[in-house]
Amino acid sequence: MDMTIQNHPSRLDNPQSLKFETFSYLPPMSDTQIIAQIEYCFSQDWDCAVEYCELERSMDDYWYMWKLPLFGMRDAKKVMQALNDCRDADPSCLVRLVAYDRKRQSRGMQFVVHKGGL
Amino acid sequence: MSTKTYDAGVKDYRLTYWDPNYTPKETDLLACFKITAQDGVDREEAAAAVCAESSTGTWTTVWTDHFTDMDHYKGRAYRIEDVPGDDTCFYAFVAYPIDLFEEGSITNVLTSLVGNVFGFKAIRALRLEDIRFPLAYVMTCGGPPNGINVERDIMNKYGRPMLGCTIKPKLGLSGKNYGRAVYEALRGGLDFTKDDENVNSQPFMRWKQRFDFVAEGLNQAEDETGERKGHYLNVTGPTMEDTYERAEYAKSLGMRIIMHDFFTAGFTANTSLANWCRDNGMLLHIHRAMHAVVDRNPYHGIHFRVLTKCLRLSGGDHLHSGTVVGKLEGDREATLGWVDLMRDSFVPENRKRGLFFDQDYGTMPGMLPVASGGIHVWHMPALTAIFGDQAVFQFGGGTLGHPWGNAYGAEANRVALEACVMARNEGRNLEREGKDVLLNAAKHSPALGAALETWKEIKFEFDTVDKLDAEA
Repeated sequence: MDMTIQNHPSRLDNPQSLKFETFSYLPPMSDTQIIAQIEYCFSQDWDCAVEYCELERSMDDYWYMWKLPLFGMRDAKKVMQALNDCRDADPSCLVRLVAYDRKRQSRGMQFVVHKGGL
Repeated sequence: MSTKTYDAGVKDYRLTYWDPNYTPKETDLLACFKITAQDGVDREEAAAAVCAESSTGTWTTVWTDHFTDMDHYKGRAYRIEDVPGDDTCFYAFVAYPIDLFEEGSITNVLTSLVGNVFGFKAIRALRLEDIRFPLAYVMTCGGPPNGINVERDIMNKYGRPMLGCTIKPKLGLSGKNYGRAVYEALRGGLDFTKDDENVNSQPFMRWKQRFDFVAEGLNQAEDETGERKGHYLNVTGPTMEDTYERAEYAKSLGMRIIMHDFFTAGFTANTSLANWCRDNGMLLHIHRAMHAVVDRNPYHGIHFRVLTKCLRLSGGDHLHSGTVVGKLEGDREATLGWVDLMRDSFVPENRKRGLFFDQDYGTMPGMLPVASGGIHVWHMPALTAIFGDQAVFQFGGGTLGHPWGNAYGAEANRVALEACVMARNEGRNLEREGKDVLLNAAKHSPALGAALETWKEIKFEFDTVDKLDAEA
């Protein structure tokens, strides 16, 4: 490969430099890939939830909940549908999947599936 | 009622301290020693001697023993076992009553268990292999100031191991140049950067300049990437007054995590700083300089699993664990043994991992193991498979040595890590398919491609010096 030294493109004035934690350094996922991750969450006995927020406050802890967390839901397509419904309601927002691990009182997983405004 | 009278002179230790019929109590502190006795000293006597010298006994009877009920306070050597594959030494199990120890003082526990007894003449070599802290004692200790779950909430990192980088060169950078290295690594995608352990406050870079420039670089990287970052600011000072001053200043700069070297500073200092961190909502990264001096010799010293338990009770949110795959010592099963001791609330006896006792931590939070030392991007699949999500992987040379600089080095590691986690979650076997996962991810990431090219031939395959005891 071409090993010539590159300039790193990250810049404060370029929103494309913004990242959103886990999986944000990978190319956008297809629905099939997202569903595989949801199935993984189920295999860990985690409950999924959908959250969204405006780009400018993406670093905040609390994003808006899309309705309520899908406690007990184990149908990955329905979780996928909730992600899509949230995105369609306001495509300018960021949308993320959250997986709650109730045994550890933590989040087992969290990643952005839709980057509105970017 | 039998009565005891004072009889001056030297008695065999076994008469008082060897009790093979003793059943340990739930509240006893248990220890397993590996003893290499001098020629002519039989096993029971050697075990009883170690027990006596680490609890109530001394070399001769003293009349003042009779003021108290020695049967209540003495330790008891209660079992002897062969060491698999080695007849030069044996394991001795000792039970100590909980009353022998000051609550919440790891310093006191170690002063008893590994004090004078390690210089004892009847013993040629002595190693403390494991301790079982009774839950009743665990509950008197503060433990990790925050723990894994709280750290994840503070850092906003879920569903993957975290990534760090130790800034190099270890010594000799000015504060401003050092801050540059931090900024570049964080803007490229790392979660943490780290002071090396011997960076304290030397003439080339006083601590305050380092803290100021690191904070500036870290804040810039957060603004640019929108992600939360941390830098382990090493607050280990020559006195506790200096240490607290540095910790307070780190907090005043809005930093989230500080760092301490627990073994060179000592357990009392570490426990004090852990308490400060708990009170001030600061994460505490623990380095372990000097550990190999006492834990590497298979016949003499203290096993790292004991130091791990002691540190968890004393307090820390991160502890270096070894990598299994990098440049430093550590065989896989033994490493997994002490990694469990860092993270889990109950760790069962498992001789295959060198764990001699069940260890119950009750509700005490866990620590994140930090895998650091000679690792690079090709190790990512194995590290992810071995450690799982609850760990920090720290690439020093493996970030800073990227041919295009720190930001690209950081990005390469982040891309590789996320690709490995994603593949694992999809059910792929990372140890078998790791190479494919990395090469595939590199198609979208020139940073990763260049890293894979740079480190494609590096391996660290030397035999472990301290192996688990097993039949040859």
